[in-house]
Amino acid sequence: MVPLYYYLIFSALLFSVGLAGALTRRNAILVLIGIELMLNAANLNFIAFWRYSPDPEALTGMMFVIFSIAVAAAEAAVGLALIIAIYRHYRTVDLTKVDSLKG
Amino acid sequence: MGITFAIIAALTLVSAIAAMSLRNLVHCALSLAVTFAGIAAMYLQLDAQFVGFAQILVYIGAVAILIVFAILLTRSSETPQPVISRSWIMGIVIALAVFGVLTKVILSSSIAQRELPAKPAPTVRQIGDQLMTRYVLPLEAIGLLLTAATIGAVIIAMHDKKGRGDGGQNVNSTPSRAEAHQHADETHNLIT
Repeated sequence: MVPLYYYLIFSALLFSVGLAGALTRRNAILVLIGIELMLNAANLNFIAFWRYSPDPEALTGMMFVIFSIAVAAAEAAVGLALIIAIYRHYRTVDLTKVDSLKG
Repeated sequence: MGITFAIIAALTLVSAIAAMSLRNLVHCALSLAVTFAGIAAMYLQLDAQFVGFAQILVYIGAVAILIVFAILLTRSSETPQPVISRSWIMGIVIALAVFGVLTKVILSSSIAQRELPAKPAPTVRQIGDQLMTRYVLPLEAIGLLLTAATIGAVIIAMHDKKGRGDGGQNVNSTPSRAEAHQHADETHNLIT
């Protein structure tokens, strides 16, 4: 079996890809996809730490991931509803054009 | 076991990069589904079967499909040509810096070299026991949160019927109302 840090570095890579996408892309849906990737990387860290912990019977990491998946589902639903509302108001999902509050 | 990890990791990373860099948004959403499947395979490899299948159900079954519907509803499948601008370079540099710091910390940590302990084999029965005893209050809270988020998503995505906004799209009230009902139904079906 592979040691723990393989999983940690893989998860760090996934997080960086999501962060780069969320920072560089201008489409609101792609920014949301980047945020989902970062959430998944964090969840993978939880599961890896749970599996490699000296006491896996406690199930703490697994419970955290189950609740985290539920929160992420709620977040995706609200986020996409917001994107649809923004599209209806501005007729675009380009984040650089949604700047009414910019001074 | 190392070769399985390498294959799954390579597939997941390539599809994640594709999801963040492809030009057509529908292709991005499909690559995202592949990424989620790869992460579910990672969970299965780490002996977390319940979480792996929950990942497949929730992420591939619900979130990816929801994103595809959002792409179709906003008619934004073709994005403009990405330009190498200053903010683009800054974003890449920040992401690389974060990855560098994380890697340095991970490799210098003492628990990173830890080898795999004996297989824990937690059954779904144990997870259910814990959810009903120790974690019953968080479970109730998450149920409340999901209900509130679902209702909130429907209300946000619905047209406002009074036309109080100055968006100029609610001039004709009757079709807009019918459309609002249709959109609300669609959103509700998507979420449930």
